[in-house]
Amino acid sequence: MSETLIALFEGWGFTKVPEQITYLSDFGALAFSIWETIYAPALATLFAYIIGLPLGIILVIGEPGGVRPLPKPLMSFLNTVVNLLRSVPFLILMVMVFPLSRLILGTSVGTAATIVPLTVAAAPYVARLVEISLREMDRGVIEAAQAMGCSAWQIVTKVMLPECRPSLINGATNAAITILGYGAMAGAIGGGGLGSIALMRGHGRGQKIVLYAAVIILVILVQVIQSIGTAWSVKSDRRINPTQSKRRT
Amino acid sequence: MSEPIIQIQHLSKLFGGGEDAVRALEDINLDIQQGEIFGIIGLSGAGKSTLVRCMNLLERPTEGRVLVDGQSLTDLSDKELREARRKITMIFQGFNLLMQRTCLKNVCFPMEISKVPAEQARKRAMELLELVGLGDKAQAYPAQLSGGQKQRVAIARALATNPKVLLCDEATSALDPTTTISILNLLKDLNQSLGVTVVVITHQMSVIEEICSRVAILDGGSVAEMGDVQEIFSNPTTDAARRLVYPGGVTPAQFPTGGHVIRISFNGGTAYDPLIASLAIDCGVKVNILGADTRNVGGKAIGTMLLGLPENRNDAAKALNYIRAQKNITVEEVPDYHE
Repeated sequence: MSETLIALFEGWGFTKVPEQITYLSDFGALAFSIWETIYAPALATLFAYIIGLPLGIILVIGEPGGVRPLPKPLMSFLNTVVNLLRSVPFLILMVMVFPLSRLILGTSVGTAATIVPLTVAAAPYVARLVEISLREMDRGVIEAAQAMGCSAWQIVTKVMLPECRPSLINGATNAAITILGYGAMAGAIGGGGLGSIALMRGHGRGQKIVLYAAVIILVILVQVIQSIGTAWSVKSDRRINPTQSKRRT
Repeated sequence: MSEPIIQIQHLSKLFGGGEDAVRALEDINLDIQQGEIFGIIGLSGAGKSTLVRCMNLLERPTEGRVLVDGQSLTDLSDKELREARRKITMIFQGFNLLMQRTCLKNVCFPMEISKVPAEQARKRAMELLELVGLGDKAQAYPAQLSGGQKQRVAIARALATNPKVLLCDEATSALDPTTTISILNLLKDLNQSLGVTVVVITHQMSVIEEICSRVAILDGGSVAEMGDVQEIFSNPTTDAARRLVYPGGVTPAQFPTGGHVIRISFNGGTAYDPLIASLAIDCGVKVNILGADTRNVGGKAIGTMLLGLPENRNDAAKALNYIRAQKNITVEEVPDYHE
């Protein structure tokens, strides 16, 4: 089996084929890399939402004329912080937050350590995504809720978030994919995962087959996340999919 | 007469500040009686939506007071205001339903907000949906409903907290004429069966005619005229009122006339008296109808007619005297009538 593969790849002009096939045939190692590729960005996405979701909500409801206007200086401060963090390129941001990683996790190297810079980079991005989703909200519906005597908190939890759910899911899909991409980049400075394999082996040691394999797996991962996200969003949207009415007792 | 349910006193509203401020409402004074259907009509930009939003303080008046059921809304704390708003509910032109909730859940929503136990809320919501004729749509989502049905759900939702006042902001403006009539009839029924005071904001005279007992005409941010619908229709005294009552104008120029022209106004005589025919039979005078805008409001004739009198002075005088002698009709000469 592997002889045939080696012959095939060598026929296509690849070099160092046998060691690459051996590496890729080690299923456990490959699976671990995939796992590392998934879990760090997944946790980072989670933490990014813990910070970014409330931040995004504040950015919408806190502005003048919003549901719960906040002092202008505070709003400009938040907006500036979000913009600043978003304008620093991820690779540089990652190096800059090394001290923070060391403070929180005791180390700045390794896959787990990449969670900190990923979160710091993703939280403001998530905040903007949430903001965009919530701005799609029909002003009239919010006005109706106010006319019914809803508090700001009730408007957020019972009107804005449920009504924007499909759009928020789309945003989360988008965030997860972007963070997955950042995670691969984190392979450059000590993180693990497919990104690291592609860089270290594929680029560094000229193992082109490993490089392509890593990229193909990343592409598949992105496709899977996108498909799940889109399907979930569409399924949950009662404007386009109203037939599936909830069961009631 | 009992205490008015809504009292608006010297209400003014400015948008913006400084020199660019726009005065949307200017010294409005209104009393709306318990249990009536009160209309507020005006052209776009007259300030009617702002006025209705001042009645539940979605817009905070710049000056003046708004009293609902004797309670001054402007003096309430945020919490008290939210409490008070359950008694003054609102329906909208755009329905403003929660698109991700079923109809039943939409009607439950205001009760959820006011912490009514879920089971009780569900029961009441079902009753309300039955009341507006949508009992079978409880599990449907708003996207599956027609405009009229959506407005019915919105009405059911607005009634959930047993309001004393129902504000309708252009509630039928997005609906076709047949659906409009059915929604207006529903509002009329609810007004009679539940005793809820209804405030109707519209730019359509037909809506006012259909259900309102009293009307205020809003023009340029102030009340141009206010009173019984019939009175205002039959004898509009301000330009703003005339523009609304006769949207097309009453001076059609396409009919030639030799003699002089008079305008007669029907002020609510019975609609079934054939004035022009009896004029021809009783006096033997033929008049020329140059233009007319009359309608039947609750069995009474309202509106105006433009008549060209015969050139023969005797006949003209005879006709004029005959018409002047009629009850509920006022006559006015139109000296500057041009072809």
